[in-house]
Amino acid sequence: MSVSHEVSPLIRPRSWILTRFGREVNWGDFVFHRLTALLAALLIAALTAMAAAMFHGSAESLSKFGFGFITSRIWDPVRDIYGALPFIYGTIASSFLALCFAVPISLGVAIFLSELAPAWLRGPVGFLVELLAAVPSVVYGLWGIFVLAPWLRETVEPLLARTLGFLPFFQGQQRGFGMLAGGIILAIMITPTISSVSREVLRAVPSALREGALGLGATPWEAVRVAVLPYARSGLVGATILGLGRALGETMAITMVIGNRSEMSASLFAPSYTMASVIANEFSEATGSLYLSALAEVGLLLFVVTVLLNIVARLLVWRVGRLPEGGRL
Amino acid sequence: MLSPYTRRKFTDVVVRSACVLAAVIALIPLISVLYYVTRRGIGGINLAFFTELPKPVGESGGGMANALVGTLKLVFLACAFGIPPGVLAGVYLAEFGHSRFGKAVRFSADVMSGVPSITVGIFVYSLVVLQTKHFSALAGGVALAVLMLPTVTRTTEELLRLIPESLREAALGLGLPQWRVTLRVMLRTAAPGIATGVMLAVARVAGETAPLLFTAFSNPFWSSGLNEPTASLPVSIYNYAVSPYEEWHRQAWAAALLLLLLVLLLNVTARLLVRSRVGAP
Repeated sequence: MSVSHEVSPLIRPRSWILTRFGREVNWGDFVFHRLTALLAALLIAALTAMAAAMFHGSAESLSKFGFGFITSRIWDPVRDIYGALPFIYGTIASSFLALCFAVPISLGVAIFLSELAPAWLRGPVGFLVELLAAVPSVVYGLWGIFVLAPWLRETVEPLLARTLGFLPFFQGQQRGFGMLAGGIILAIMITPTISSVSREVLRAVPSALREGALGLGATPWEAVRVAVLPYARSGLVGATILGLGRALGETMAITMVIGNRSEMSASLFAPSYTMASVIANEFSEATGSLYLSALAEVGLLLFVVTVLLNIVARLLVWRVGRLPEGGRL
Repeated sequence: MLSPYTRRKFTDVVVRSACVLAAVIALIPLISVLYYVTRRGIGGINLAFFTELPKPVGESGGGMANALVGTLKLVFLACAFGIPPGVLAGVYLAEFGHSRFGKAVRFSADVMSGVPSITVGIFVYSLVVLQTKHFSALAGGVALAVLMLPTVTRTTEELLRLIPESLREAALGLGLPQWRVTLRVMLRTAAPGIATGVMLAVARVAGETAPLLFTAFSNPFWSSGLNEPTASLPVSIYNYAVSPYEEWHRQAWAAALLLLLLVLLLNVTARLLVRSRVGAP
């Protein structure tokens, strides 16, 4: 790196830019600072523009249907009447189901990786769990259509119907495509998120707590239960909410396996429809401004809910420690 | 009756086994996906797959050359629009980001990274597609860039913060102005780590489908330039997978294998880069 052309500060000519304090400022510094600030402002602008675009796009639907949009079950493009309740139900139910599968497994993975696994195993297993997050959504969807759904139809659903068929959740036609497949696919996709954030949260727990419990004669699990988990609790809740945020917005994989029928059924075998799926399926073919506007309103709801969930989750995680590197979670 | 001590030991073993089991269960889908994509995709990979256009329904053969080029085009555009602003915004956060404005930027980046990709699609649709009146590679590139931007920004910031201050002081002591210290000393030292973060971000957007559905759309033919609807691997996989044709399913598996290889290659390279160089997370 050559510095020879730099003039000594003592003989440098006065710059024409003065700060408030009358101190000389390097003109390159001034431009650099302003330029990077401008690009940083781009992020705020993008988020604001996103919110504005969603509101603007859904204005027609908002004024026409008002609050009834989220309580009406009728979605009829032919008569131009739109109510999003079945999609809201499908989104919430599939995400909840996904959390039921993913939270215990992710916590197990996180505890294994941060507390129990021998050092040589942590790296490779952690890497593999992160690869789970790297597989594109559409590839999971393809696998869901041709591997998961047939397996559910032929093996799992008959078994559930035989053993637990007296419950309303396990009745009806066994198609493979439906709520159960959607929940499982979502669970697979959010497990890496929940487990990697949880692992970072557990790592942020001071080891003195752990050592204290072990020193008092606790077994490794007891040390985790009495010393580590209580300290980490809010962070683990935050990790779960981050996972929920991902599940709500996940689009392709669930669109490919959930069946895309706007029914509302208690059965996990029945097809359903999610908010993200209806946008994916209908947006590019929507004719008529009210139709487009209604779809944009579904997007707006999704946007608002995920933004709020993300804010809450991050506050909870920050309480325990800082987020993993990169911050994209 | 078990003695309390034995019971505690027993519980410990049970819970620890459950954790191991959880790790095993979590990895089963990964193994299954890799297995099926390889097994069913490998047969469809041949020269025609890389060089020919898709054939109409009913004719066998054909390839996905247009989708392959389309994905490269989209990823290139995303990098062009997403990386420079992202890195410089990250530089701002690391160097001057202690202000209230810096906090707001950081907050926006974090919130943006949690926004569902399909809503980013709607946003770019109204921003680009509605203005230009047609689907285009440009719109798709913008959508992917918006998805990359927060990741690149935050990664750059995190990595710059890891560089020891003594390095900056030494450079300033030599009389370099601050901006050149930032660019030529700090940023260069952090470069391998930033490259890792960027590669991971690229790997993520390369497989994104949802935001492309109504920005880049798809196209059974070659698209020239950046102003036409453009096919991409993920959208083609989706369209083929949900179609009723056996021949198209085969193409979908082959494309999935290719996409998965691309994404995994980027991921593995990124991790190796981290391991072998300093200035990484």
